[in-house]
Amino acid sequence: MTGDRPVLTMTGISKTFPGVRALHDVDFRLFPGEVHALMGENGAGKSTLIKVLTGVYGTDAGTVTLDGEQVSFTGPMQAAAAGVSTVYQEVNLCTNLSVAENIFIGREPRRLGAVRWGEMRRRARDLLARLDLDLDVSAQLGTFSLAVQQMVAIARAIDVRARVLILDEPTSSLDAGEVAQLFRIMRQLRDEGIAILFVTHFLDQVYGIADRITVLRNGALVGEYRTGELPQFSLVEKMIGQELDVLERLDEQQKRATVALDGQAPLVDAEEVGRRGAVAPFSLRIHAGEVVGLAGLLGSGRTEVARLIFGADRADHGQVRTDGARSPLRTPIHAIDQGIGFCSENRRAEGIVPELSVRENMILAMQAARGWLRPIPRRRQDELVQKYVEALSIRPANPELPVRNLSGGNQQKVLLARWLITEPRLLILDEPTRGIDVGAKAEIQKLVVQLSDGGMAVLFISAELEEVLRLSHRVAVMRDREMVAQLTNDDTLDADRVMRTIASGTPREEVTR
Amino acid sequence: MNTVADRLRPLTGHRLFWPALVLVVMIAANTVYRPGFLAVEVKNGHLYGTPVDILRLSAPLILVALGMTLVIATGGIDLSVGSLCAISGAIACLHISGAADQNSPATVATALALAFGAALVLGAWNGVLVAVIGIQPIIATLILMVAGRGIAQLVTEGQIITINSGPYRAIGLGSFLTLPLAILIALAAALLVAAFTRRTALGLIVESVGGNAEASRLAGIRSRRVVFLVYVVSAACAALAGFMVTANVSSADGNAAGLWIELDAILAVVIGGTSLAGGRFSLSGTVLGALIIQTLTTTVYAMNISPQTSLLFKAVVVIAVCLVQAPAFRARFRRRRRGVEPGPAAPQREKEQVPA
Amino acid sequence: MSSTSLSAVRSWRPSLPRRHVPVLATLALLLVMYGIGVSQYRAFSNVQVVFNVFIDNGFLLVVAVGMTFVILTGGIDLSVGSVVAMTAMVSAALLRAGLPAALVLVVALLIGPTLGFLMGCAIHFFEIQPFIVTLAGMFFARGMCTFISDSSISITDGFWTGMSQERIGDPAGNFVSISVLIAFAVVLVAAYVLAYTRFGRNVYAVGGNAQSALLMGLPVARTRIAVYTISGLCSAIGGILLSFYTLSGAPLIAVGMELDVIAAVVIGGTVLTGGSGYVFGTVLGVLVLGVIQTLITFDGSLNSWWTKIVIGGLLFAFILLQRLIGIRFK
Repeated sequence: MTGDRPVLTMTGISKTFPGVRALHDVDFRLFPGEVHALMGENGAGKSTLIKVLTGVYGTDAGTVTLDGEQVSFTGPMQAAAAGVSTVYQEVNLCTNLSVAENIFIGREPRRLGAVRWGEMRRRARDLLARLDLDLDVSAQLGTFSLAVQQMVAIARAIDVRARVLILDEPTSSLDAGEVAQLFRIMRQLRDEGIAILFVTHFLDQVYGIADRITVLRNGALVGEYRTGELPQFSLVEKMIGQELDVLERLDEQQKRATVALDGQAPLVDAEEVGRRGAVAPFSLRIHAGEVVGLAGLLGSGRTEVARLIFGADRADHGQVRTDGARSPLRTPIHAIDQGIGFCSENRRAEGIVPELSVRENMILAMQAARGWLRPIPRRRQDELVQKYVEALSIRPANPELPVRNLSGGNQQKVLLARWLITEPRLLILDEPTRGIDVGAKAEIQKLVVQLSDGGMAVLFISAELEEVLRLSHRVAVMRDREMVAQLTNDDTLDADRVMRTIASGTPREEVTR
Repeated sequence: MNTVADRLRPLTGHRLFWPALVLVVMIAANTVYRPGFLAVEVKNGHLYGTPVDILRLSAPLILVALGMTLVIATGGIDLSVGSLCAISGAIACLHISGAADQNSPATVATALALAFGAALVLGAWNGVLVAVIGIQPIIATLILMVAGRGIAQLVTEGQIITINSGPYRAIGLGSFLTLPLAILIALAAALLVAAFTRRTALGLIVESVGGNAEASRLAGIRSRRVVFLVYVVSAACAALAGFMVTANVSSADGNAAGLWIELDAILAVVIGGTSLAGGRFSLSGTVLGALIIQTLTTTVYAMNISPQTSLLFKAVVVIAVCLVQAPAFRARFRRRRRGVEPGPAAPQREKEQVPA
Repeated sequence: MSSTSLSAVRSWRPSLPRRHVPVLATLALLLVMYGIGVSQYRAFSNVQVVFNVFIDNGFLLVVAVGMTFVILTGGIDLSVGSVVAMTAMVSAALLRAGLPAALVLVVALLIGPTLGFLMGCAIHFFEIQPFIVTLAGMFFARGMCTFISDSSISITDGFWTGMSQERIGDPAGNFVSISVLIAFAVVLVAAYVLAYTRFGRNVYAVGGNAQSALLMGLPVARTRIAVYTISGLCSAIGGILLSFYTLSGAPLIAVGMELDVIAAVVIGGTVLTGGSGYVFGTVLGVLVLGVIQTLITFDGSLNSWWTKIVIGGLLFAFILLQRLIGIRFK
């Protein structure tokens, strides 16, 4: 069913942002009547490539041809008019309008300037019927599930006579049944000859629907493969790549699975904790002095696990208990009371308070725990802050600067200090080393080892397997929003085995498919 | 040129620099226009003169603006303060007017306590709507802004309650150590609020909630309590202002008392350098802002222009201040200037300015 | 909006669309209040009572229609009361200066939209909160009023007095003023624009989700600026109607009117965060306000301040209702 001439070709695309080479000499092609998965980890360049294609960004080098003609779109609107439509992860529709309007707004059928509601509804029904959907098109979009909204977005996209349909993580908040429904529609559109570019983090979905896979890593093209010819393990390997050449190799790697945990009561006991649409129920026990690594691809549910344990999101299944608490934890305040700290991966939105000074950001969690009536005496604040500015070598070493003036790595250290000041028993670190320079990275890794040696438990989340393996006593593996395995980090565990686990979903399966 | 600018940067960069400069320029302009502007004389042990009047008349605005500063710092807004002024003034005057001896300190004290209590209850109502039910602050306080005027008129039964009480009048017109009592009360309130926020961790927590609500939640801050509290504080400040406004004229008019003071207060807060988006707040900036507004009003009045017309000037000030604060406007401005000289304090570049 | 007869309507869908609940609640409230009036006071059943509600509130209705556009996009316009007063003042001053009525009408009708346009630009391009920008607009317009004159200016122009006294009635002696007809015309045009033009639908889309509207290629900037311009135009028309009604321009007229207008729009079921509401609901909201006033006038024992308290209470009830039926608050 795949045509023999590509409908879309991107050749030698390069794009540089100040200080970052986002894409370097990337080729990409898309055939009519295929579903083509674009895969890659964080920073691989997937979204940059899509934005170059739809004209959100210009290119530094390279050409885009559509149906043999070179094109250069000025924005998504022009791209859509030329037949390249995009449906985003967040449904970009207006839930307060009817289904029919959401499909047609901006190009409603009109007579003498007046919107023809009957005609619009009729056309909407026809279009949805083509997708095998039977909806009340005059009902408000907001009354339907996210999956239906997603499909309405697709209906809007293909109505502009799309030849290329870009689906940017459309499945990230859908459940299995809804994904099946979406796939049915994707297959149907594919069979009609539409080329679909599909971005997802779910491996099962890739193998369930994609005809072809293109893998990007660090802004460069790794390769283009037919799905049947690329085993899952190879895909994971190609996506994650050899992280060893990024960080300098640490001297003789020590295996850290040495802590004797037998008979020791867990510090934190998460039992069948889950949240619909975020992560399937999982159980995880964390002991004092233990570093538990969370490995998995982007979007596999790593962050969701951390948020549920901390109570940042409310679990709708199971409960988290600590050894000292009589009742299960529900909110961040409970968790902090029980000595849990959480450094979010989203520093800007969930971590720092940008206007406040380094000092104020550092003492925030401790002050919150004491309540506003019991301020921390200024001298004590200065002592604490001084101690951690030195210990973590925060630069510039001026605690009165607004924290927004610091670099990303230093902001990360300020957040670390915020929690270390509270002397937590469990510290959850979500991607603490992302986007910071190599030196700061090594410092933070060293710190994690020190802390755990001192008896603190750490839940360490990172996209980099080497880092997880270097620091953890145990590695919990996430795949497609599910915790599929908990592996002891002994001599038999290496990056290869973790990747196989991510790829296959079972720890024992050693054979590649 | 460059070195001068560099040397002045610590001064011009201070958050109070621009409001203070505006105030000084206004006073200077006034003095040029009317040489007697700054003259202050002592009569019967009291100070008289335009500067003293400005201080005295700005007291209610300072009070309301203090509470408003805290509310705005949490990212909220309180539109009901004008109505609260009217209600508290009305309740106090009603109680005094019904008493046998209007001059008895006990009567006045009871009146103040009653009115203050009522204001606290209404502030708590606002707090519940915003912090507990989760209604947008602008909408939640709009309710009491509308209904509050009615309540005030209900208290006064639509009449203007005139009282003849020495102690009560002193709140607005009295003097203490030659200075107007009103400004002393306002300054005491300012110091109290300052102590209340800066001696405890309240200020930090308010700024944190206003600066990044989600980060604050994840740091374990109980933001509901704090948000609730600032609306109560705002109501308390409004009640004090209501006493002054009614004491000034020894009468309570449910319709006119505190009319539009909420808008002036918001303006004072913004001029004082507290962002409407919440976060960092400056109480001293707010006091300066209130003084600027009162000086403007007095100036316009002294120029024999109707006080209503001063609204024209206020409109200009509001737009100017907001434009200067608006990131979108700054960005445009900077883009145009960038070709000529590097912009001094672009937020995204401040990283590079950090002293090593 | 008529509903379609698709065979497979999803079974779980409530039979009554939630967005209609507030409007229906307002309608019910209005009927109940009218019923109370009729049962308590014999004179209340007189048709002229209803007509008087329209006559007394025609200008309010027009301004509320403009406000509905603004609130539908999620904005707010505090300047309306002052613009109404300014328009009336300008008309009165120009007429006193001897300008012809037609020219005065044109000038008066241009000032409001111009101010609205400028405010819309400030809101959109500089991303300053509508609340603050229109607050400045309110100060400006009110300042202009006293700048023109400290005291009220009466209007003696023939056209104005004609419009003021013209009565359109039935043989039974019931009548409405021309202002009421103008107000109805504005309502009909507004309802048509909101329901049947692309611009109208864009207003709803911007109020529902401005970000999405932008990504769907809708002209968000133009829409946002246009609603403030429309609100300015409606305020200008309202100002003219008010000058017909009072035959004067007064610097302090319509003080606090913006609150009544916002209350009428919200009670009429328009959600303050935008995206949901109807002009028809706004008409009901204005009528509720008018009937409250009439009821309080009929009842000699109740005083006028009860109007404000009742409006505040209704405002609270409707905001709570919006919250309960789950219409999103940003």
